[in-house]
Amino acid sequence: MMDINALAKKNKFRFLDYAVFGVIMLIVFVLCVAIGSVRVSFFDTVKVIWSAIWNIPLPEELVNTSSIIVSVRLPRVICVALVGASLSICGGSMQGLLRNPLADGSTLGVSTGASLGAVISIAFGITLPNFPLSGTMVMAMLFAFLSILFIISLANKIDGSLSTNTIILIGVIYSMFATSIISLITVMASDKVKQITFWTMGSLQGSTYTNVVILSVVLLICGAVLLSLSEELNAFAIGEENARHIGVDVKKVRLIVLILVSVLIGVCVSIGGSIAFVGLVTPHIVRMIVGPNYKKLLPASIICGATFLMLADLIARIILNPAELPIGVVTSFVGAIVFVIIFYRTRKGK
Amino acid sequence: MLRVENLSVKYDALQILNDVSFEVVSGQWLMLVGPNGAGKSTLVTALSKGVSYTGKVCLHDRDIMEYRNQDYARQVSVMAQSHYVNYHFTIREVVELGRYAYHKGLFKDVTSTDNEIIDHILDITGLAPIQDRSVMRISGGELQRTFLAQALVQDPEILILDEPTNNLDLLYQKEIFELLEKWLREKDRAIISVVHNLSLAKHYGTEALLLNKGQVVGSGKVGEVLNRDNLINAFSMDVYGWMNELFSEWK
Repeated sequence: MMDINALAKKNKFRFLDYAVFGVIMLIVFVLCVAIGSVRVSFFDTVKVIWSAIWNIPLPEELVNTSSIIVSVRLPRVICVALVGASLSICGGSMQGLLRNPLADGSTLGVSTGASLGAVISIAFGITLPNFPLSGTMVMAMLFAFLSILFIISLANKIDGSLSTNTIILIGVIYSMFATSIISLITVMASDKVKQITFWTMGSLQGSTYTNVVILSVVLLICGAVLLSLSEELNAFAIGEENARHIGVDVKKVRLIVLILVSVLIGVCVSIGGSIAFVGLVTPHIVRMIVGPNYKKLLPASIICGATFLMLADLIARIILNPAELPIGVVTSFVGAIVFVIIFYRTRKGK
Repeated sequence: MLRVENLSVKYDALQILNDVSFEVVSGQWLMLVGPNGAGKSTLVTALSKGVSYTGKVCLHDRDIMEYRNQDYARQVSVMAQSHYVNYHFTIREVVELGRYAYHKGLFKDVTSTDNEIIDHILDITGLAPIQDRSVMRISGGELQRTFLAQALVQDPEILILDEPTNNLDLLYQKEIFELLEKWLREKDRAIISVVHNLSLAKHYGTEALLLNKGQVVGSGKVGEVLNRDNLINAFSMDVYGWMNELFSEWK
């Protein structure tokens, strides 16, 4: 049983705690950049990153290391961190909006919906001129949004309270449906099989600085709006009816949150493929540390989401060294266990 | 203050409320009384803009649908009948949300005025000593008082309560009703509440709206509306006789 003092302590979660989370994230970040097929010491890594940021010339022996770090590892690790942060803020927001601790892009089937959009764009060559990634990205966002709308409307029709069981069940069924269409398209578009398969495997291995810029801009904009809606998300987390009673424009806020979540999931899926359970695991762990208040939960989820996915990526890279596991394998492994724990606790009413 | 004209609510083919009209002015405590399924809670939901209806509801002569939700919540606060919270919010966090209607701009935060009001309401509802407790770890009565406190910190002109003393033991029922009576006298305020206990309705209410199967059976001064004939009409039993029989045993 959670005692009163623990809750009071969570209530006092302050700036210093964010600083601790931030420092841990930075240490993990440097570790992820340092560890790889060519090992670089922790301090050399810091030196290289520092000199790259401020354009300071490096000593001769670090020049080769620098090129590995700056052009290969840094963009990948930054992308991993940004995807982790984005998916976590999405998961946290959806868990508040739907008042459901098991809601997440992957459990709701939204990520699979986004993948379907991306696959359609690859198979049919849908793209915007001069923007190489735009077709998959826009289609992924669009399909993510349509999937959320469909799943929530159906759940609402079947069971107005949007209960855990209904949402998860519809999410699973929708995921299976979307996966079957993805397979159908893959079979039909035989000339694009290689491209589609490569993409659906989903990896942040070849991440570039362009991806970093896109993810940063999207996270900055969508993240800022979601953070500004913390109070509304608190109200939704307590109950939609109660939110309306205290003056929240429930329809407007719900639409804004769903659009932002779709954009974030769409961009993440189109860059790194479908990475399951990050949005489920991080907010859950963070909630145990900082409490359910979204004013603290969302910022902490951003930092911890980045840390969690960087660690998952590190494990994926080193566990079968020199071979590399897809990052989704690690997140699914951890996520599935956490899912069962949350589901068990929810059903037991704990 | 609040005027309801020919309000009707239909769910598919089912008529829940049919042509309900009444008015509430400052200083009145309107008791919504009637058997289960009379449409009392639906009426509360309609007044909180939670269900589509035909007819008109006006607050200060302006249609409530024209109010922005935040503006409406500063004048009318509503407490639902039942509450179920899924996360470990503290009592204070839930009560604090009642100040949402007063927050403007991005990244709004609780002000010192908010805190003063919240502290005062937590005090008078008896929640101050347990304000840091999780709402998932308190009794039904404490949860009920938490949401009542949330409605009170909205500092509205009209308080709409669906079964405010649901889950409360007798001592808290008495305290809450006395608290509400005092609250009503403080400024230009009014209360609309659904109450099942007819003794409480008669004692604390100034007006009553008696409903049955979505229709108004009686409306006006509480003593006039809750008469023997009207109650037989609404409840299909001799409520008056039964109540007298019950209470005679206490004499």
